[in-house]
Amino acid sequence: MSTLIKQDILVELLANAGTGFEQVRVAGKEAFQAQGFPTNKSEEYKFTAITKKIEQRIQNFQLAGAFEVTAEQVKSNVFEGFEGDVLVFTNGHFQQALSSTVEGVEISPLSEKASTALGSIAKPEKDPFCALNQSSFDGGVFISVPKKAQIQKPILFLNFFKANAGQVIQPRVWIEAGDFAEVTFINHSVNLSDTSYFVNKVVEVKGGVNTQIRYYKLQNEGENAIEVSNIETDIQKDGRFTSVNISLSGEMVRNNLSINILGSNSEGNMYGLYLLDGKSHVDNHTNVDHTVPHSESNELYKGILAGSSRGVFNGKIFVRQDAQKTNAFQQNNNILLSEDAVVNTKPQLEIWADDVKCSHGCTTGQLDEEALFYLQARGIGKEQARGLLLYAVAGEVIEHITDESFRDYCIAQVQERLGSNF
Amino acid sequence: MLTIKNLHASIEGTPILRGINLEVKAGEVHAIMGPNGSGKSTLASVLAGREEYEVTEGEVSFKGKDLLDLSPEDRAREGVFLAFQYPVEIPGVSSTNFLRTAVNQVREYRGEEALDAVKFLTLMKEKMKLVEMDQKLLSRALNEGFSGGEKKRNEIFQMAMLAPTLSILDETDSGLDIDALRIVSNGVNQLKSKDNATIVVTHYQRLLDYIVPDFVHVLYKGQIVKSGTKELALELEEKGYDWIKDEVDSKATV
Repeated sequence: MSTLIKQDILVELLANAGTGFEQVRVAGKEAFQAQGFPTNKSEEYKFTAITKKIEQRIQNFQLAGAFEVTAEQVKSNVFEGFEGDVLVFTNGHFQQALSSTVEGVEISPLSEKASTALGSIAKPEKDPFCALNQSSFDGGVFISVPKKAQIQKPILFLNFFKANAGQVIQPRVWIEAGDFAEVTFINHSVNLSDTSYFVNKVVEVKGGVNTQIRYYKLQNEGENAIEVSNIETDIQKDGRFTSVNISLSGEMVRNNLSINILGSNSEGNMYGLYLLDGKSHVDNHTNVDHTVPHSESNELYKGILAGSSRGVFNGKIFVRQDAQKTNAFQQNNNILLSEDAVVNTKPQLEIWADDVKCSHGCTTGQLDEEALFYLQARGIGKEQARGLLLYAVAGEVIEHITDESFRDYCIAQVQERLGSNF
Repeated sequence: MLTIKNLHASIEGTPILRGINLEVKAGEVHAIMGPNGSGKSTLASVLAGREEYEVTEGEVSFKGKDLLDLSPEDRAREGVFLAFQYPVEIPGVSSTNFLRTAVNQVREYRGEEALDAVKFLTLMKEKMKLVEMDQKLLSRALNEGFSGGEKKRNEIFQMAMLAPTLSILDETDSGLDIDALRIVSNGVNQLKSKDNATIVVTHYQRLLDYIVPDFVHVLYKGQIVKSGTKELALELEEKGYDWIKDEVDSKATV
């Protein structure tokens, strides 16, 4: 598309980006300049014209910067019954004073941790938005879970966004977990303005030997959200990483989720649900890279699309030559509830090893009329029967959330949505 | 209880039912038999309100109401129950949750109070015994991974839970071994009372040894061509359907 906005954006963003990380930022800038914004010819962004959307909506390429929220705002946005610790962010800036301290976990603004290996997991040359964030991220947080730490309660990232029309928010998160550590993160965002702004977020997660990391994310920021999110993790021997991503709205959302399996006997799990209506557009690109023998990945993404919404699923599985005895499973099922809803789904498997078990399947169809009649024939009203059937689809993803209060919150959100427009 | 007058129905323009007349009174068991393709299952489906079928002529009244005017769910709430020939597997919907929703919606329609979790569970335990239903099955998704026999038993279990006034069993015997057939029939017989009625749709007489009908009707080419008592079923078992077909077809040509 336009190579014109590429330069302008960088100049603007870099002009007011946070300080520190000079080398990291330069590497990001160079990687971005080499790639530019994805064009309509770019294979990776073929179904998601994000550059066009940015050109339409983002007029002033300024970082929105931190702002203040009150303790009441924080309290009222934490789900009922949540018993974990809360970390508060405004436009990606860590608000330490409003946040809990988590016993046994080091949490600090990213700016105080200039020594981290930012960009070593989410490599800027792999994705232009990842590169753009690295060149000019603003705020951010550093989290270190020490060796053997068992963090029983989940840690909630409560992100408040507020921006003028056309502004940019670029959060950055670095998480590292020592050997045998166990921790659960929940990412939840609250949109305080009804303008159209652009969030470009990068999360890097560095796992150790035998770490257990769960990362849950609920996207419900409304019809104006334009968001690109890159989440990438390295898993070592005996480690496990589980992601659950639930998208309920967004003008245009792109999620890049990558799991690099670097040690044997480890496991990567990716579960996703997109429940869309109106003109929402949600694109999930996942990538799991099996590089060593004896590892496993499980992937289940489900879509329910109404109105003229659009869903994209692209699931890459690499099994390298050394990665014998890999088990990799992938499934993507979609239900289209209207004539105008569209799904593009693409499994993409590259298998170089010869002793592996890989399976993938994708389906796109309508609601099962026979099942609907069966429920009605038992006295269940048509609307409720539809709700039950649709919820059943969503439930297969939601059930992977282990934290009860967050799971209940997601169930309530999904049921509310299913009760209104579907 | 149920009066069917001159019922015609078609699917995608093809007529299947061509003038059915039937009167079912409380306390009665009617068997509908007939060769494949005669319209037996269509009749069951039309009564339950399956939308693919278009009723082109005739009327059906159930307890004084125009049944054809009601949605499938309202028919169920009024007391019509169809035991499906092919019960549907519904992944992700728990059997228990489904049943509680169904039972309480039916109760609400009838102006009864919803059952709380404890009362519902008590009722469920009681009815499970009727068809020797394994509790484990009910903790699974509805019919998912159930064997053929388990699915049919689950149908009768649901029937017991919903306590219908008119039960229509659509080929409930098909694919059942003798033990399962006994269990299912036993359940149906225990649910029988002077206030409710049963229509048994079947191809084979075997089921009627267990669920003894008061009347047997033979359906052929979308019409009831012969009615009688349980002896008619035995005659059909012995002689097959050809003599009835011949009888009807020769009349038609005359």
